[in-house]
Amino acid sequence: MKRIITAVVQNRSGVLNRVTGLLQKRQFNIESISVGHTETEGISKMTLVVDVEDNQKLEQLTKQLNKQIDVLKVSDITDKAIVARELALIKVVSTGQLRQEIQGIIEPFRASIIDVSKDSLTVQVTGKPEKLEALIDLLRPYGIKELSRTGVTAFLRGHQPSVTEINTYSLLK
Amino acid sequence: MRVETKPVLQTGKEVGSELKTGADLLVKSLIEENVETIFGYPGGAVLPIYDALYRAKDAFDHILTRHEQGAIHAAEGYARVSGKPGVVIATSGPGATNLVTGIADAMMDSLPLVVFTGQVARGVIGTDAFQEADVIGITTPITKHNYQVQSISDLPRIVKEAFHIASTGRPGPVVVDIPKDISASPCNGTYDNSFHLPGYHPTIKPNPLQIKKLADALTKAKKPLILAGAGIIHGKAANLLREFAVKNNLPVTTTLLGLGSFPASNPLSLGMAGMHGTYSANMALYECDLLINIGARFDDRLTGNLAHFAPNAVVSHIDIDPAEIGKNVATQIPIVSDANAALQQLLVVVKETADHQEWLNLLNENKENYPLWYKNPKQELLPQWVMKVLHEVTNGDAIITTDVGQHQMWAAQYYTFSEPNKWVTSGGLGTMGFGFPAAIGAQLAAPDKTVVAVVGDGGFQMTLQELSVLQEKRLPVKVIIVNNGALGMVRQWQETFYEGRYSESLLSIQPDFVKLADSYDIRGYKIESQEQLETIFPEVFAYVGPVVVDCRVLQQENVYPMIAPGKGINEMIGVKP
Repeated sequence: MKRIITAVVQNRSGVLNRVTGLLQKRQFNIESISVGHTETEGISKMTLVVDVEDNQKLEQLTKQLNKQIDVLKVSDITDKAIVARELALIKVVSTGQLRQEIQGIIEPFRASIIDVSKDSLTVQVTGKPEKLEALIDLLRPYGIKELSRTGVTAFLRGHQPSVTEINTYSLLK
Repeated sequence: MRVETKPVLQTGKEVGSELKTGADLLVKSLIEENVETIFGYPGGAVLPIYDALYRAKDAFDHILTRHEQGAIHAAEGYARVSGKPGVVIATSGPGATNLVTGIADAMMDSLPLVVFTGQVARGVIGTDAFQEADVIGITTPITKHNYQVQSISDLPRIVKEAFHIASTGRPGPVVVDIPKDISASPCNGTYDNSFHLPGYHPTIKPNPLQIKKLADALTKAKKPLILAGAGIIHGKAANLLREFAVKNNLPVTTTLLGLGSFPASNPLSLGMAGMHGTYSANMALYECDLLINIGARFDDRLTGNLAHFAPNAVVSHIDIDPAEIGKNVATQIPIVSDANAALQQLLVVVKETADHQEWLNLLNENKENYPLWYKNPKQELLPQWVMKVLHEVTNGDAIITTDVGQHQMWAAQYYTFSEPNKWVTSGGLGTMGFGFPAAIGAQLAAPDKTVVAVVGDGGFQMTLQELSVLQEKRLPVKVIIVNNGALGMVRQWQETFYEGRYSESLLSIQPDFVKLADSYDIRGYKIESQEQLETIFPEVFAYVGPVVVDCRVLQQENVYPMIAPGKGINEMIGVKP
């Protein structure tokens, strides 16, 4: 099962290596990982999308991450009300005649063309991974020369509806 | 506990007070942490540190081992016996990489170590400089935490944090990598070791609701059982465990590393459980309906095939490391806590238990009918017999260190322990060559105790260069070589599971260990029969000073009983018929 885990970490040298090394050592599969600064100086946030077998493995993952000295907080936000976004850059083969057609395809995705050359154009799209997949599938017939994705970054919405089923994996509760 | 008096270095012109260089800051930090013994080996990148140690000569006892691996295993033995962090210094590159086995060993067995490695100067890090190795990269997966010092002013704080992290919560090794220019550069004399670790808050006190749940479970359990691990020893909770078990009449089995956490002589003791544990202990684990694991991590050598492990039990697991709970065995009553704090609460909260006399009777019958046993041929010297006589001669009061393998299991089975901190063995990593240097550290931590290194002929040859240290420091360690001319446990598995194809497991060429000891000016004995054993052992232990004893035991002797790999805990072979 795919889970979105966020880890708030101290921005120290080697912290990314600690986290990925830990996941590798314990045989966890990372689908994507994105890291960046937060609103607090010296604190960064990692958003990991992982594929785990079951809840027991998921619990191990969060506990092992929590054990790291430089990791301040680990949350599994998969089942909460969240905003999750990913950005993709897609370089598509395109000559002049096709540009209009491609423009028509990407418009409903609120994607934009950010670079044009003689025989290609680059589309920038932001959204949930499924939306990106859908656009990529539509553009594939035109010939994708290059594709680059950032991985998901996510956090909780400002308001958590009380009906949302919230899974917690702490053994203390 | 740490004494909070300020060391003399704070004022005046005492040794080290000048704080000239980064290395002086390190020395001052070590004094502040009450470090008395340092295990180390000098080299290029730690020359400034060794120069500062020279200036502070009287502050520490520095043990110059003859290999860095010897230094770190000695520090492990020191940590296990003293409960204080073992301190190691090694140089960059090969010095640091020689420590790796010991660091991994300490990580697996939760031993507090603070390891200082030299590093090439900051300006050349990453250029494949002479004796450069990526120590942080190499040690990240095998340390509790590690640091590379990037600024001289960070050094006191980092050392303070390193000792704090190594010795609190679940103990473990911490590496501090110090570039040579940091230790060599002049410092401005300021010393600030205040620290803040927002991501590190070990849970020490148990949740009272969980304790209550366990107490409730005890009022229902017909077949309760305590599994005692090394967490009892780290938590200094052996007395509490005994009180709790005796008060509630609860049977206790221990893990390999938990030996000594509960007196083997107590009628409630079932002995060690696991692959070479007792029949009564393993059957108790199989049949119990409430399993209370205190400070053990359900290692695979303990549980055997998980499908057959405590299949009918409600499992309660008390551990200071939440990640150990539920890792291998599904747990119904998890309690994140230090063993000491949990037992204190349990002693108050548990008022009554269900009647489980029938269960105790069954366990006692098993104990009586299926004890540890071995055949006793007339002539040859049996390893089990060596352990029994060793126990007698030392009144069961010695500190025993071992490597890994057959001799380790025989020591665990037959040298019955009544107190904690007397058993120093490489459990999790199973490191050959651990026992002898560990005995050096153990002896330094407990100068007045009898320390015995029980080693195999294979393992001893991995670290025997440390005989120099025995002689140099006149440490009265007794080295008992259980010499069967083979890598015994490998040989046993080849006999049992590989149809007797002894591939590279027989050691036909060996040094004459008596002559070897003699060349270090250390007393040596060779024992080849039970008769000799009984006359020579008392002599060995009456002598104050180091001794090497080469016990030529029967090669064909195997460790039994046994749970074969992949088998369940209820499927022991080699149980007394």
